[in-house]
Amino acid sequence: MASIKNILLPDRYVNQVVPTNVFTTLLTFFTSAAMAFLIVFSLAMSFAANRLAQSWSDSLANSATLRVSAPLADLERQTEAALNVLSNTNGIESFRLLKVEEQQALIEPWFGPKVPITNLPMPRLISIEEDENGYDRVGLRLRLAAEVPSAVLDDHTRWREPLVKAAYRIWFLGWLSIGLVIFIVISMMGLVTRAALSSNKKVIEVLRLVGATDQYIAAAFVRKFAFRAFFGSLLGAFGASMTLFLLPSEADQTVILAGLRLEGFEWSWLIVVPLSFFIFTFLTARIASLSILRSLT
Amino acid sequence: MIEMESVAYSYGEELLSELNISISQGAFYFLTGPSGSGKTTFLKMCYGSLIPTSGILSVFGKNSSRLSRDEIAYLRRKIGVVHQDCQFLDHLNVADNIALPIRVSARNSLSDSVNLKELLNWVGLSHRSKALPPELSGGERQRAALARAIIMSPDVILADEPTGNIDWEMSQRLLRLLIELNHMGKTIVIATHDLNLIRFTKTSVQARVLRISNKTIQLAGSDL
Repeated sequence: MASIKNILLPDRYVNQVVPTNVFTTLLTFFTSAAMAFLIVFSLAMSFAANRLAQSWSDSLANSATLRVSAPLADLERQTEAALNVLSNTNGIESFRLLKVEEQQALIEPWFGPKVPITNLPMPRLISIEEDENGYDRVGLRLRLAAEVPSAVLDDHTRWREPLVKAAYRIWFLGWLSIGLVIFIVISMMGLVTRAALSSNKKVIEVLRLVGATDQYIAAAFVRKFAFRAFFGSLLGAFGASMTLFLLPSEADQTVILAGLRLEGFEWSWLIVVPLSFFIFTFLTARIASLSILRSLT
Repeated sequence: MIEMESVAYSYGEELLSELNISISQGAFYFLTGPSGSGKTTFLKMCYGSLIPTSGILSVFGKNSSRLSRDEIAYLRRKIGVVHQDCQFLDHLNVADNIALPIRVSARNSLSDSVNLKELLNWVGLSHRSKALPPELSGGERQRAALARAIIMSPDVILADEPTGNIDWEMSQRLLRLLIELNHMGKTIVIATHDLNLIRFTKTSVQARVLRISNKTIQLAGSDL
């Protein structure tokens, strides 16, 4: 407790006991800033990937497409039969036969705008929305096979699942990156603390001579590192937030990196990150310095 | 106050052995002996910087071998130490260096500032309070070290060759301060090989002389 008090309460003297080394000051400050920047970006990536996975998972999970691809002469009859089957199926909230113009729009990216679609043996597409209870997929497929043999039910599972998996992988990689950055921060603080104590052996000797406890000596070093890391990470988090703020929003889907901007409560991480830096550097530097001081007799 | 029973210290090879001595409150001791005889080691054991390899060393009634690291730190607040090389924090000014023991023991800073001014006056360094240690002369450094050693009003003052780097006039000035402290009831132990210093002191105070030779300590004769 005494050590935490020494660190958090303003004490001009504790700050002065250990001489300031410009190199370690700048190293700690700017490394913390860079690491905080990376963490905020990794967090933004993870959140965006999570949102994407949720979106793909939710919005497409309750929809399906029925494709009727009969010969042109029989296409209308089979489409009518398919619509009839769907109207008699429990668990379907709505279904709708796509208009010719809508189908034209679907193939436009591949074949251009002037394809004479009506002259081609194009299948008819029926969009299906299921209700909250859902429908019996196996049963519907069996009925369609019996009554509309040319109909194929596509519930999007085949291509939706890999996309959701990919989004979750990105989410996981984001957190893994954060874990690695934290590991680097901890390693760096351990090394910086060790270097600072080693280069200040005379200071430690004098402090011990006048009756300073190991806790006091450790606090003098830890306080410096913890605050440098905190202010450095504050700068890094601020820089990352500015960069994220300038990125296009999710609404603008035509731009790369759209949707990476933080949303709602996610902005609170900009405070959580510097505070975490303070706690991590405080604990690391304290454990390292007390361990080194114990070894210095 | 400081008692040794069959105390020995070894740096691999035995340096001191069979030390049996009792240093009482208010006494004035000189510790003599050739270079490398173990004077500094003796003093370091007294303030807990070194722990005897055998025997029992009691400081203020506590066995130094059984003290925790924190207890050793608290012990050092009761013992003022003056080194030949003074050992200052070169980035702090004289006043801050002298106040260092108070700061590390978290005492009230307001009353201490008054003590600090008086102390700077007493050692004749009021005009040098803002100077950095490297800017001080040898004598000024020793007086600053003495001021730092006594700011916590310790019961014992241990001085290791305090006049080693200063001229005779400065040595006398420093010694007068130590004698004055002894008259206030402080126990003084000075390690030195300067016999003139001992002779000078004996004119003002009842000082005993301990000599380290052949790894052990003996009370020297009155011929000094």
